[in-house]
Amino acid sequence: MKASNNLIMVSRKKRFDVWDVIINIFVAMTSLACLLPLVHTLAKSLSADAYVLANKVMLWPLGFTFEAYGKVLSDSSILRSLYVSVVVTIAFTILGMIITICAAYPLSRKQLKGRTAITFIFLMTLYFSGGIIPEYMLINELGLLDTIWSLILPQAFSAFNFLIMRSAIASSIPVSLEESARIDGAGHFRILFNIVLPLSKPIIATLALFYAVGRWIAYQDAMFYIKQNTEMRPLQLKLYYMVIEASESFQLEATMVQVTNPDVLKAACVIFATVPIVCIYPFIQKYFVNGVMLGAVKE
Amino acid sequence: MKIVNALKGRDVDGKGIWFYIKRDKELYLMLLLPIIFVALFKIAPMFGTIVAFKDYKIAKGFWDSDWVGFQVFLDIFAKRDFARAIKNSLLLNVSDLILSFSAPIILSLLLNEIKSVKMKRINQTLLYLPHFLSWVIIGAIAYQLLSLGNGLINNIIDSLGGTRIPFLQADNNWLISYLAIGVWQSMGWGTIIYLASMSAINPELYEAAIVDGAGRWRKMWNVTLPGIRVTIVTLLIMNLGRVMGGSFERIYALANKATTEYTTTIEVLVYRWGIEGGNFSRATALGLFQAVIGLALVILADRIAKKLGEDGLL
Repeated sequence: MKASNNLIMVSRKKRFDVWDVIINIFVAMTSLACLLPLVHTLAKSLSADAYVLANKVMLWPLGFTFEAYGKVLSDSSILRSLYVSVVVTIAFTILGMIITICAAYPLSRKQLKGRTAITFIFLMTLYFSGGIIPEYMLINELGLLDTIWSLILPQAFSAFNFLIMRSAIASSIPVSLEESARIDGAGHFRILFNIVLPLSKPIIATLALFYAVGRWIAYQDAMFYIKQNTEMRPLQLKLYYMVIEASESFQLEATMVQVTNPDVLKAACVIFATVPIVCIYPFIQKYFVNGVMLGAVKE
Repeated sequence: MKIVNALKGRDVDGKGIWFYIKRDKELYLMLLLPIIFVALFKIAPMFGTIVAFKDYKIAKGFWDSDWVGFQVFLDIFAKRDFARAIKNSLLLNVSDLILSFSAPIILSLLLNEIKSVKMKRINQTLLYLPHFLSWVIIGAIAYQLLSLGNGLINNIIDSLGGTRIPFLQADNNWLISYLAIGVWQSMGWGTIIYLASMSAINPELYEAAIVDGAGRWRKMWNVTLPGIRVTIVTLLIMNLGRVMGGSFERIYALANKATTEYTTTIEVLVYRWGIEGGNFSRATALGLFQAVIGLALVILADRIAKKLGEDGLL
């Protein structure tokens, strides 16, 4: 063992490997390719119209101005959409976590009758779903179309998150701990609140972030369910109509004296909607990585 | 003692169902909430697929519309759009499977070769970033970069004296851009799982390989790749089910009026027929067709993997 360790040291130190340099450069360039498009968009959003029109802006803003952001922030429909997104994301995350915990804790208890059957039904939803239209008809039937509930309720149960939560509880809470609590007369609700949840804080944080980010970046269901009631559009859908389809323009466009280049405004919108994610991203990254690994260690 | 026995999963013999319900009433009470949500929002739509076997009329409603058997399926199989949607879905998803599935494997093998922990971490942080952006944002950024008249990349090509390329405004270029953007978005995030299983490989295997005189590529091929084989197979099975699916959001965020050749996929057609066109029976039938084929592919892939001696998924 020791000899082979020495051998590694020797072989590592012995020569300068050109492949090391090539691999490092290649990976660094790939990483930059993930960052630079955002940097360019940021630069454009902070540049003066003339420079953008002349195709001069690359990675640094030219003719630095916050004008585009002023315009985005003075558009009340964008702020309204931001508000809808925030409310929906918070409500969805809380509801999703309550459902996940209420499913995961009982189904992690081995003594529960019917555990296998219920688990099977829950996990079946991973592989098969009714599809877009039956779901749409259901939302319609329930009278939830064009309401904020259509974005909160239908996706609140996630089989994937349930699976992660269940295996986390099963592996982290020893049966003996529960046994002694039971013998002391504690009910399941007390065990859940006093023992299981405090011990599961990291996984709760991870899953809450899965729910929150998933909700924040989705726009498909909003596009299907929020048609007439434009007041209820979440931010991503609003952006879709403004930036991608370009069927909607900025509210204040007509009243503004100075015409602003749509490209600059689009860039400002993109950055406006991305800033919340990018700001918290470095702090939440490790939770996500943990979650992916837990999801991989199935069962 | 009963409680202890029961906690250990042993059957407390001779007790009826009510005994268990009474004993674990708190657990069943907790389960009520998820059961209601699953029944209402997951199981009910599964039963809702029976409109695919009915001639759904809004006036008659869900229950009273007439049964037509497989007529709706026969109708859609004869549609030109159906054949096009199948062709496009297969084309987009199979190319995606080849590119977006192999890219994270290659990237994680390379990341694994980076010895400086700090460099590795910085690279990972940047590579994961696109995963946190919505498709709307990615679509918007793609147009900032790739559009013909004022996209950054075309500006650079222009200033170098080349001709501008319609990356997103010509059908075949659009397809390539679509695939490349998919790789860009998913490649970094996909490495997490492979890096995790690489870190579980026994270091003695590498030491033994070095003693045997294996170089960098030899170790990669004979130690690292076999070490992550199970992960690769599992992910491949899961991805095969999506060969008929694909992301509606991704297509809608990248599509434009100039390029419609490849954008009619099954998902898009379901939306157009059902929600835009109001033909619920036809759209549901198409969605059901897609879901059944997807499920069959997962089961098939799982069987094949087990035949080949792998663990499988189901």
